Amino acid sequence: MEKVLLKGNEIIGEAAIRSGCKLFFGYPITPSTEVIEYLSANLPSQGGTVLQAEDEIGAINMCYGAACTGNRVLTASSSPGISLKQEGISYAAAVELPMVLVNVNRCGPGLGGLGPAQSDYFQSTKGGGHGDYRLIVLAPSKAQELYDYTMEAFDLADRYRNPVMVHTDGFLGQTMEPVVLKDRPEAPEVDQSWVVNGCKGREKRILASYSLTNEVGEENNLHWEKKYKEIEEKEQRWESFHTEDAEYLLVSFGTTGRICKSTVLNARKKGIKLGLIRPITLWPFPVKGIRPLVDQLKGIVTVELNTGQMIEDVKLAAECKVPIHLYRRQGGMLPTEDEILAYLEDIFQPDGSGEVHE
Amino acid sequence: MMDKVIMAGFGGQGIMFLGKVLAYAGMTTDLELCWIPSYGPEMRGGTANCSVILSDEEIHSPVVDHADAAIVMNQPAYERFKSKVKPGGVLVVNSSLANVGDQRTDIIIIEIPASAIANKLGNANIANMVCLGALLPSMKLVNWETVEKSMEKLTIKRPQFLQGNLDAIKEGMEFAK
Repeated sequence: MEKVLLKGNEIIGEAAIRSGCKLFFGYPITPSTEVIEYLSANLPSQGGTVLQAEDEIGAINMCYGAACTGNRVLTASSSPGISLKQEGISYAAAVELPMVLVNVNRCGPGLGGLGPAQSDYFQSTKGGGHGDYRLIVLAPSKAQELYDYTMEAFDLADRYRNPVMVHTDGFLGQTMEPVVLKDRPEAPEVDQSWVVNGCKGREKRILASYSLTNEVGEENNLHWEKKYKEIEEKEQRWESFHTEDAEYLLVSFGTTGRICKSTVLNARKKGIKLGLIRPITLWPFPVKGIRPLVDQLKGIVTVELNTGQMIEDVKLAAECKVPIHLYRRQGGMLPTEDEILAYLEDIFQPDGSGEVHE
Repeated sequence: MMDKVIMAGFGGQGIMFLGKVLAYAGMTTDLELCWIPSYGPEMRGGTANCSVILSDEEIHSPVVDHADAAIVMNQPAYERFKSKVKPGGVLVVNSSLANVGDQRTDIIIIEIPASAIANKLGNANIANMVCLGALLPSMKLVNWETVEKSMEKLTIKRPQFLQGNLDAIKEGMEFAK
């Protein structure tokens, strides 16, 4: 299989093309601009369309319209742009439209900065728009995962008729790493009996989220809730790294998730039994990855690029049975593997009695 | 085994390109690698820096805090990055534009008048390649052969630049001998 060297944002574009996505609507914003740039150069020749809308609100509503016809559709933006899209995302969740949204996080709040951040964790996982909906949120930590998870995002969106977000940052977006361009996985047949594509010869279909009858409204909510429960049950994903005998645990996703792997290896060299859970799905949060470890753990540190957002989900997953602390950098700064380990040693004073791995 | 290299200078000195030469050299032998640009509002005349990690095993942390080597092409880059080279590492300084003053004694410093050498070769823009040549013998995972292949790939659309770049690298290697 072909191996290429591309920027992370370009890889997202390539994965979309190879996933059979023919439609992109967006509005450029640093540090996500290479997605629209790459697709503008490469999607039209594959029979697709890239449209730079008048703004983010226009773009998300174009995605809505395109998704109604059963076509695969993508948009990409960065934090302030994603904020503008929230109303449309809520409508898409209500009408159950499959679409893939990419958020190459800026640091915030406000116009923010361009450095790596995870400050949109709450917005992505707790419903950034109004109403009570969920997005499936995938968090890649390197270029190959940007490719793999983007492809998977389209399949998950189709399978559950739900918007799926790929949650990344400018560091991953701008860094080049080799990526194997795997073929699109064999996706199961999806039900398209709901699409609106012209009703000649069949009953009319209406895709709308408006309900003024409370009884009907509750029925709708119960229907969505059932789907979200099913996703929570079936789609929690995480990577376990040296957790089998771990006494201390790091929980971290995305860019910091991979930095933490180096922290774990350095700790093991000192005889500290440290492990890592790297959430792959931010929603549904991988409770199943953390809960079975709780009894063996003496302490947990979440490593985040925000003031402490995911730590709330980690506390729920661990049912507050273990002391849980936060190590964070903000404003576009990244931690080094050494400073994470220094923090853990300072907080928990681990005894380093484990086997020393060189 | 890993080579972690930081490159820094003015925007326009070809810092990102220098990184790409190393990255594509790594691609020719199927190494794991990261090419990490400084990104944001920088432009020509501002500062530019880029780090490259080459490795024969999976790269976890992409943050380069203790570099095996660095190439600094002007004074601000020297001041900012001299402390990032780990003890025993190599620091290549473009001495045409940077004065090293009080030197660290725990690293190997190669002072090379790269801009002057590039001018002598007839192209001021290839000082970056002269610096690369000076560093190349100290690198573990790339060498002249892989860099040559990398350069062929990178100049495929403008083959007239291939030989000049290769000559500059050779000149740098010669100097560092």
